Amino acid sequence: MKKSLDRYLLQPGVYYLQGSQACIEGAIVAGCRVYGGYPITPATEVMEHAALRLPQVGGRFIQMEDEIASACVLIGATWAGAKAMTATSSPGFSLMQEAISYAIMAETPLVIVNVQRPGPGQGYITASQEDVMQARWGHHGEGSIIALAPASVQEMFELTIEAFNLSEQWRTPVLVMAEEPVAHMRERLVIPPKDDIKIVNRKKPQDVGITPENYLPRSHDIMAPMANWGEGYNVNHVGLVHLEDGNVTKYSPRMHYECISRLQQKIEGNVNKIARVETEFTEGCEHLVVCYGAVSRSSIEAVKEAREERGIEIGFLKLVTLWPFPEAKLREIVGEVDTIFVPEMNLGMMKHPITESLRDRCRRVVSIPSLGILHSPEYILSKIYEELK
Amino acid sequence: MNIYKRLEIRIAGFGGQGVVTVGKILGTAFTVFEGKNSVNSQSYGPESRGGACKSEVIVSDGEINYPHVRRADIFIALSQLALDTYISDLKEGGILIVDPNSVKNVPERRKYDVYEVSTTEIAHKVGGVKFQNCVALGALYPFIKDLIKETSLRKAISESVPANTLKVNMTAFERGKRYIKEHYVIEEN
Repeated sequence: MKKSLDRYLLQPGVYYLQGSQACIEGAIVAGCRVYGGYPITPATEVMEHAALRLPQVGGRFIQMEDEIASACVLIGATWAGAKAMTATSSPGFSLMQEAISYAIMAETPLVIVNVQRPGPGQGYITASQEDVMQARWGHHGEGSIIALAPASVQEMFELTIEAFNLSEQWRTPVLVMAEEPVAHMRERLVIPPKDDIKIVNRKKPQDVGITPENYLPRSHDIMAPMANWGEGYNVNHVGLVHLEDGNVTKYSPRMHYECISRLQQKIEGNVNKIARVETEFTEGCEHLVVCYGAVSRSSIEAVKEAREERGIEIGFLKLVTLWPFPEAKLREIVGEVDTIFVPEMNLGMMKHPITESLRDRCRRVVSIPSLGILHSPEYILSKIYEELK
Repeated sequence: MNIYKRLEIRIAGFGGQGVVTVGKILGTAFTVFEGKNSVNSQSYGPESRGGACKSEVIVSDGEINYPHVRRADIFIALSQLALDTYISDLKEGGILIVDPNSVKNVPERRKYDVYEVSTTEIAHKVGGVKFQNCVALGALYPFIKDLIKETSLRKAISESVPANTLKVNMTAFERGKRYIKEHYVIEEN
């Protein structure tokens, strides 16, 4: 059965695909075989491609009644042993927060792609980065999250694979915070040979020699192996604060603190393993642009032109990972600079953790906001020149 | 035409005229069959049906960062609304291909290198208005022929259109190309 479906996997080579399509192709390579979703502009193309592709590779595609159900179906599918994902856009992302919160508590790997649109309310249907704070703080309660920001069709493919890998490794929901320009553009996608792609699968108790009698679903080691339903293990999981055996019967403030601080620590304590940034011209730079997602494409052009046209010593730093916020990495890279520019398709959101991380390393942080449309390089450049005149 | 560090092509018309498909065909041809880099994007708005709709293709031998048009080298306008909306981004001396049946007024015409091709009429002759986009693609070809082989474009067309319309689409492409050759002298650089 498996062999006969292999021909439906995209073979290594060069393709010309939309970001949304590349996202699903990445998911399939990562092992995703369940997609539950509800359509919404500008994320619908992801769902359309999932509807076409998942059944071809032996997976399941389910159109749910709404976004709440779309996120919840992933939790069930994951515990039944599948890798599962959905995609939505901002209003739908709001509806998924409850399930995200539950999945964090129940340590459930799953991937949610948010092709963001402007808000609040129904906002509009164009480009946006207005949910980057919701990604981190939208769900109720404590518990860290992992969120990635793709900037190209190639990254829609690669970061979706990485999202699944991280979610399996750290047993947590992972968010791919995409934007309309990247989701809708067509661009070269290179599918590498299968052996060159790293795939991470969840650690199961039977893989590490833990018998059903000795299995604790919520071991207080940083990562407990994950048993699927139906494999003979006692899989007790609740959305409540719990002990190692997954139960809440003996509540105490101490076990509460241990349970939640472990959820926090497994992400924040491993930020250097999880988070990635990319840089150009940062060594000894006098000024710096910090950006993420599609805006990094406009920013690098602006940075190059500012250097060429006016000889401004300005560096470029792209956050590939938004959350956990890579503070230590930023401090490692950024020595002492004058002005940090933060162009974002919102009114200044990631500016805050950037400022918090680097306030003693720069004179000032200047936001370059844009709503509903991707910054042009000219726009970023004009703001840089205006501030540095 | 010189080899461009960055060639910017914009095609615009009404929703339904196939401008998105033209962008996809061009991008596929340049990227998959010519080994260049290209990024294709479309305008996206609630007014996409009947309103101004555009598709953009950026081509380069190097890396492409900003995915949209900064100063278009070539602009194909299939409606007056599309022309009025997007003409300001066409660089001075840029190539402007218009359908004179729908584009009656080109402001500051002398700033641009204007070519009039009756894409609608030609499309009707070969099989219907839905082939207008491939006529326009054919009309575009003589201007980019130094950058891309005709076979690459034809391969991309055959990958992008329904099999039962392939023959007519190819004819439409051929007629568009021929129209430019018969009516204009393209200066070789």
